[in-house]
Amino acid sequence: MTIDLKTVKHISKLARISLEEKKAEKLADDMNSIFEFIEKLNELKTENVEPLTSIAETTLRFREDKITSDNIREKILKNSPEKK
Amino acid sequence: MTDITSLSLFELIKNIKEKKISSNEAAKSFVDRSQKSKKLNAYVTENFENCLKLSKEFDNKPNYDLKLPGIPIAVKDLFCTNEVRTTAGSNILNNFVPSYESTVTQNIWNEGGILLGKLNCDEFAMGSSNETSFFGNVQNPIAKDLVPGGSSGGSSSALAANLTPVTIGTDTGGSIRQPASFTGTVGLKPTYGSCSRYGIVAFASSLDQAGPMSKDVKDSSILLEVISSFDKKDSTSIDFKRNNYSSELTRNIKGIKIGIPKEYRVDKMPDEIENLWKKGIEYAKDCGAEIIDISLPHTSYALPTYYIVAPAEASSNLARYDGVKYGLRSSGESLIDMYEKTRSEGFGEEVKRRIMIGTYVLSSGYYDAYYLKAQKVRQLIKKDFDEAYNKVDAILTPSTPSSAFKIGEKSNDPVSMYLNDIFTVPVNLAGLPGISIPAGRDKNNYPLGLQIIGKPFDEQTVLNIAYSMEEKINYKNNITDWWME
Repeated sequence: MTIDLKTVKHISKLARISLEEKKAEKLADDMNSIFEFIEKLNELKTENVEPLTSIAETTLRFREDKITSDNIREKILKNSPEKK
Repeated sequence: MTDITSLSLFELIKNIKEKKISSNEAAKSFVDRSQKSKKLNAYVTENFENCLKLSKEFDNKPNYDLKLPGIPIAVKDLFCTNEVRTTAGSNILNNFVPSYESTVTQNIWNEGGILLGKLNCDEFAMGSSNETSFFGNVQNPIAKDLVPGGSSGGSSSALAANLTPVTIGTDTGGSIRQPASFTGTVGLKPTYGSCSRYGIVAFASSLDQAGPMSKDVKDSSILLEVISSFDKKDSTSIDFKRNNYSSELTRNIKGIKIGIPKEYRVDKMPDEIENLWKKGIEYAKDCGAEIIDISLPHTSYALPTYYIVAPAEASSNLARYDGVKYGLRSSGESLIDMYEKTRSEGFGEEVKRRIMIGTYVLSSGYYDAYYLKAQKVRQLIKKDFDEAYNKVDAILTPSTPSSAFKIGEKSNDPVSMYLNDIFTVPVNLAGLPGISIPAGRDKNNYPLGLQIIGKPFDEQTVLNIAYSMEEKINYKNNITDWWME
């Protein structure tokens, strides 16, 4: 399988990263060499294997929905690029 | 009196408790040495003045019952520190000042530690050489123009150069153990769920884990004891009984069974790594361990699995950097245009590469073929370890397939860079604890490390084996201060 320029551009749209034409070509090359390496997984038969989704075998904990922090509105807003 | 900065953490604590050194004297020594070491580029943000001030406050009202009484410590710039800039090595967070503290760093301050500064790292911890940092390369104090490893490269450099008595890093695929191996230092990645991920800039949430980096094994046990804690703020934090790692540390490992996995003998592995491993096996035997050959049959699938799982999780985690609430914002003609330009200008090449891979493997039509497949193989890799641990207590391998390389040597070939993590990645995929200890040198006199992998939550055995072998190996870094101004 090869990833063509059109696919790279489509993925960059999905990822919300603008790409110059030249960089897109380089990225296609890089992605192809990485996927060539990833294709190795196809050697394995995995029909009957359960996917491992989390290493921590715990059920997610619930907590009460209540505010625990102080009023940090100003501190948070300090990080915003622009504010009204 | 020897130089304060060359003391181990254990010795420094002892001297402070015995009032032979004050916290302020220690802080001054590390600040002074750090200021003369700018050529290493280990720091992204210095906290020197505040550190000196806080050390004086400690001396005025000392509490010697704390585990890190007035000890100055620099940390990787991936940990959010309240009101101190936190960049994750990225342009997109260049001006980000958190309004909260990561649990791991909070644990350090609660025990008397004082922030010295924030240390350079690969951008969003994606890299094995610190070359992807927006803030530039970091020098390895072992030799000029040598990479310090990555992603915790500022941490390993600062530690080996005696700019901080100990430090903390994060390890997603080897980012603590590989830089430790490259700099002749000790680095421990704890079991997934031991150290809280709260307040650590997220890379791959199912793999990320914080851990100690130190000059010797005992120091790592002291720091692990401080940072490992159950935390309600991290939904994957695990509530288990943690040891008093430093007081339970013992060199007596008689009868411990150590497995040697044949699949780690990889193609084109340099002879010096093979020899180091053989020597390591002899050291382990000398320590009283029983050596058992084991098989981890899916080892060669670990890296391809990792390079699906980690980018997939990263692409999802990094979706939050959009120029709206915080961080860099580029101007655009529309909202979408602003997003796209911000992310294009804010992220470096490696991060973009991984976001693209992650987006692709999660995209409609490819999810089953890549992401689901990788999760299934991840299960097989974990099962390999589960089975091995029916027979052995721990596993011994090399930490890396080579010693530190030159800056620029591998930065144009992503796959060759990824191969650096071949021995460390399986440990993250299986969520196990692993430590790298310095064990020898290559033909250039660059350090080489051995890795000890343990059962889940059995950091104590990992530390004990490392502590025992460390004494036999008797490795000492030979640092010449070539970078000093």
